[in-house]
Amino acid sequence: MKKFGPIILLIALLLFPLLVQDHYYQHLMILVLMWVVIGSGWNIIAGYTGQVSFGDAAFFGTGAYTAGLCMTKLGISPWWGMAFGGITAMAIAFPFGWICFRLRGAYFALATLALNEIMRHIATIWESVTDGMVGILILQTFVSKVPYYYIALTLAVVSVLSIQIIIGSRWGYYFVSIREDQDAAESLGIDTHYYKMISLNVAAFLTGMAGALYMNYMGFIDPEVVFSLHDISIMAILVGIVGGVGTIYGPVIGAFVMVAVHEFFRTGFFGFFKGLGAITGSDTITVFAKYVGHAHVLGFGILVVLVILLLPNGIVGDWKKITNSLSPFKRKEVVG
Amino acid sequence: MSFFEIKNLVKHFGGLAAVNNVSFEVQQGEIFGLIGPNGSGKTTIFNMISNYHHPTSGSVYFKDKDITGLKTFKICKLGVGRTFQVVKPLGRMTVEDNVIAAAFSREKIKKNARALAKETLEFCGLSHRKDVLAKSLSIGERKRLEITRAMATRPQLILLDETAAGLNPSEVKAAIELIKRIRDKGVAIIIVEHIMKVIMTISDRIHAINFGQTIAQGTPQEVANNSKVIEAYLGEEYAEN
Repeated sequence: MKKFGPIILLIALLLFPLLVQDHYYQHLMILVLMWVVIGSGWNIIAGYTGQVSFGDAAFFGTGAYTAGLCMTKLGISPWWGMAFGGITAMAIAFPFGWICFRLRGAYFALATLALNEIMRHIATIWESVTDGMVGILILQTFVSKVPYYYIALTLAVVSVLSIQIIIGSRWGYYFVSIREDQDAAESLGIDTHYYKMISLNVAAFLTGMAGALYMNYMGFIDPEVVFSLHDISIMAILVGIVGGVGTIYGPVIGAFVMVAVHEFFRTGFFGFFKGLGAITGSDTITVFAKYVGHAHVLGFGILVVLVILLLPNGIVGDWKKITNSLSPFKRKEVVG
Repeated sequence: MSFFEIKNLVKHFGGLAAVNNVSFEVQQGEIFGLIGPNGSGKTTIFNMISNYHHPTSGSVYFKDKDITGLKTFKICKLGVGRTFQVVKPLGRMTVEDNVIAAAFSREKIKKNARALAKETLEFCGLSHRKDVLAKSLSIGERKRLEITRAMATRPQLILLDETAAGLNPSEVKAAIELIKRIRDKGVAIIIVEHIMKVIMTISDRIHAINFGQTIAQGTPQEVANNSKVIEAYLGEEYAEN
């Protein structure tokens, strides 16, 4: 099962747009695949290398703006942004990492938070290039969602595979060594600064590509959307944590769960409260339904608390724990 | 031509001189003991050699090359391995992966790194524990893992910081055996140790420090009979007798 799981999942994903014609579900799946890419990027720098990033939106937004500006300023297809988006994100990551990897632990995390805000402000204020709060509007290339779906799927598969390859290689050993103990890693001949840079740049590249995909798919971006702290940066962390920090398939599972939870709140428990309000005719519930839609951040908070308490290693990391507690004959786990 | 030498090393922490003008030389293939009471600056000397702390003044030479102030990982690559007194296992990696990570400093290809790790694990007697997570090892095994990891970087000089502390008598015996086997491989060893049985039986030469200053040096016999060393360890009244 463990061996064939990813292949079965891949086949299911390949067939999905043929089986499900509904545009709404196709849209959700495109978002899931995009989050697989971003989550994988976050996972490599934070999950494997242990340098927690609160600023993934900086790379995501840079990628998105690269694609958008390709169209509006250079007049070339925004798909070029897919190629350039990752590279410009790396161009941001490189000087940032060079300076900020002197910081350790929480201080580095704070620096990423600052980077996020810096990039958002640049995009807002530098109106001659980015059009500021007006944002960038481009015409989507395809009317159907299916081409976007397969592009997103390709990107997701490539990012999961590349992480699998990286983690099995020398880089992967070095990343995990740095996460476990930076001083010990240094004493084993590992240039920790250099390898943290590599890790951050891989993460930035993937996240930047996802940003460019977002621009192409949604057709509209503004600084508040793509440099959003809670909708992008925090969401990236949640995808990683819920799925399983430092696991290859963690972000895949995390992306499914988080997009579902996000949607669950956005639609007011899939229209449950709205329906309830209509049936009972109660104004209170109707008003409440409206607010539930805005309360997804609160919902995320509760979810994170529950995950950290019950499944500290995420769904993939604690899979054994889940199956054990669900199996009818509870076996006592032998702690080794 | 000296194999390894520190010259007039000084380290001030604020106003405190943790190490004050310590010099010594280590020959190829010898076991060099570094002793001194708690807080006398032994670990600080190690940290200056591997440049976790930058020396206030003085220099470190390895194979006639000045390595003072080189980055820690570069010193490792030049062939100076070290262990930590407070062990630093890479907890959520298996023992084998710990050693493979170290072996990558010499072997770029994974297959070769794995082979080097296997060889080192066997040499150090940790093969039977290779598949467990490093954090689940006992303290004795953790100390051994420290040595194994350092050995996997193929050092010519290895710094052992209290690798026998906290071990039971049979583990101490095994540790002495291992240190001797490392020496027989031609690796020079600088060892810091509180257990006198260990340091006296295996060291070729001993250097004693107290309050960051050299108080005696010579063969284990000479140092053990030195009145300043006895004073540092046992107090003045014993030294006078």
